[in-house]
Amino acid sequence: MTGGPSMDKTSRWLEDRLPVWRDVGARLDAVERGRAAEPDDVVKVIAAYPEIARDLAIARREAPRGPLTRRLEQIYLELHRSIFRSPSHWRRDLVALFVRDAAEIAGSLRWQIVWVTALFFASASAGAWLINQYPELVGLFASEAMIEQVQSGQLWTEGLLNVVPSSLLAVQIFTNNIFVSLFALVVGIFYGLGTVYVIGMNGMLLGAVFSYTAQHGLAQRLFEFVAAHGFVELSVIMIAGACGVSLGEALARPGRETRVQAFQRASMRAAKLMVVCCTFLVGAGLIEGYISPNPTYSLTMRVSIGLGYLALFVIVLSGALGRLPRTAK
Amino acid sequence: MDGTLKIPSVTGIDVELRIAGPGGRSYAFVIDWHIRVLVALAWMMVSGFLYFGSLAALGAGEASPSDVGFIVVLPAVALYLLYHPVLEVLMRGRTPGKRMAGVRIVKRDGGVPGVGPLLIRNLFRLIDSLPFLYLVGLVATMLTKQCVRIGDIAAGTLLVYDEAYAGTFDDAPTSRGIERLGLERAELVRDLIARWPELRPDARAGLARRLLEREGPVPEGLHDDELRARLEQLLK
Repeated sequence: MTGGPSMDKTSRWLEDRLPVWRDVGARLDAVERGRAAEPDDVVKVIAAYPEIARDLAIARREAPRGPLTRRLEQIYLELHRSIFRSPSHWRRDLVALFVRDAAEIAGSLRWQIVWVTALFFASASAGAWLINQYPELVGLFASEAMIEQVQSGQLWTEGLLNVVPSSLLAVQIFTNNIFVSLFALVVGIFYGLGTVYVIGMNGMLLGAVFSYTAQHGLAQRLFEFVAAHGFVELSVIMIAGACGVSLGEALARPGRETRVQAFQRASMRAAKLMVVCCTFLVGAGLIEGYISPNPTYSLTMRVSIGLGYLALFVIVLSGALGRLPRTAK
Repeated sequence: MDGTLKIPSVTGIDVELRIAGPGGRSYAFVIDWHIRVLVALAWMMVSGFLYFGSLAALGAGEASPSDVGFIVVLPAVALYLLYHPVLEVLMRGRTPGKRMAGVRIVKRDGGVPGVGPLLIRNLFRLIDSLPFLYLVGLVATMLTKQCVRIGDIAAGTLLVYDEAYAGTFDDAPTSRGIERLGLERAELVRDLIARWPELRPDARAGLARRLLEREGPVPEGLHDDELRARLEQLLK
């Protein structure tokens, strides 16, 4: 017993198309897995897209839930993904990020950066005033061991290299700084309030610690310690804070976009900027591990290194790199 | 709870993907978590043993902090922390755990996410993992329409069920089978034969009988092997 003419037609169609599907599958594999796809494979894959769409429509009509239809859907989907995928130029994109994009994003966040910086210094002033008026509250900001060391006329940073080698110290420091910066950014999801809290607390902590060391005549030594790495480190924290606030702002005031769209756009901008900032944090960590605890560097050298590194940071974030004249090819 | 993601295309033939719910996501995460913990621990033990001769030397503090840090601890921490972002980028939205659970990350248009969205969704793990055991992320997947965590919302991604792509079509029904039964029924017969060993004898006999009866009367009392042989005959 055999079916009618339509079944014969389906059978012939399947016989004709099976080799095509196998060929497309193999070429698609070659295009997706090979580093440099053959032009012939690419052309065939693109040409196959509408053909497979037609085959899928036929398969859906003949056997809507069958394995053949599912298989064709998979091929069709892979073709769709492969053809409509955005081109990947990661080297070029990375250069563009440092030369142009980061500066554009930082420029668009200038007011957030100003406000976060103001908040940080206001909190630092509040912390300094609090400890100046009530020194006994320093326990809120510093550990017992730190307080005891300062009271005995020593900074907790002194002799650091005798305990931990520079290399390890640098890695520990930049890992921690990157974590703190990223945390300050992502807690912006709580309508920016999380970021405001983190920046405020860090500001108070810095102000309080400086005030307490000043009371024991150690403020200058603390400044000597932070001079080489602190400018960039603090700047990155401010920028991370600004990014966090922009996340909160996107959620609170999405404008013409939906909240989700605004949040996604703000997240993407923040992530791009943080890639550049985290790169600088690695450098700051190396300085903090190798130079800051090393007593052989004078204050002038430390300040020069700190300001020089800050200048490089500002150059990148101001877009000056993108404005440099290019040599003609 | 699982919804679908419709992927529109210029040809007018759309495809739907099944969105992975909290169950599928958690399953993939648990597998990945175990893999990264085991790999990190294995690194610590093997590197400690190979470099310092014995693990006792590590415990006794005989090794220098720098060596322990750079050779044993830091690579292990890096393996643990970078497992998701690195593998998701390299495997185009998959990880070994996601592959085993049959899910993958896609963009809202069904495409493969780029480096940026994948890094963003991993960055927001800091929030999703709060306060412990990924509670925020888990609750978010339960409450959102597309079962996404905060990181996915930020990155514009979601997890879908991903059937392994197989382009061979080796199990397509024969021409004779299609001519006799039509594509849909020929595939049903083909599928039943393929799954024959996995099914209970009474279930497969019932299914075989229903398919065979459409082609003509089937005598009572046919043995399991005879039913299967008759099914195979339909495709020849």
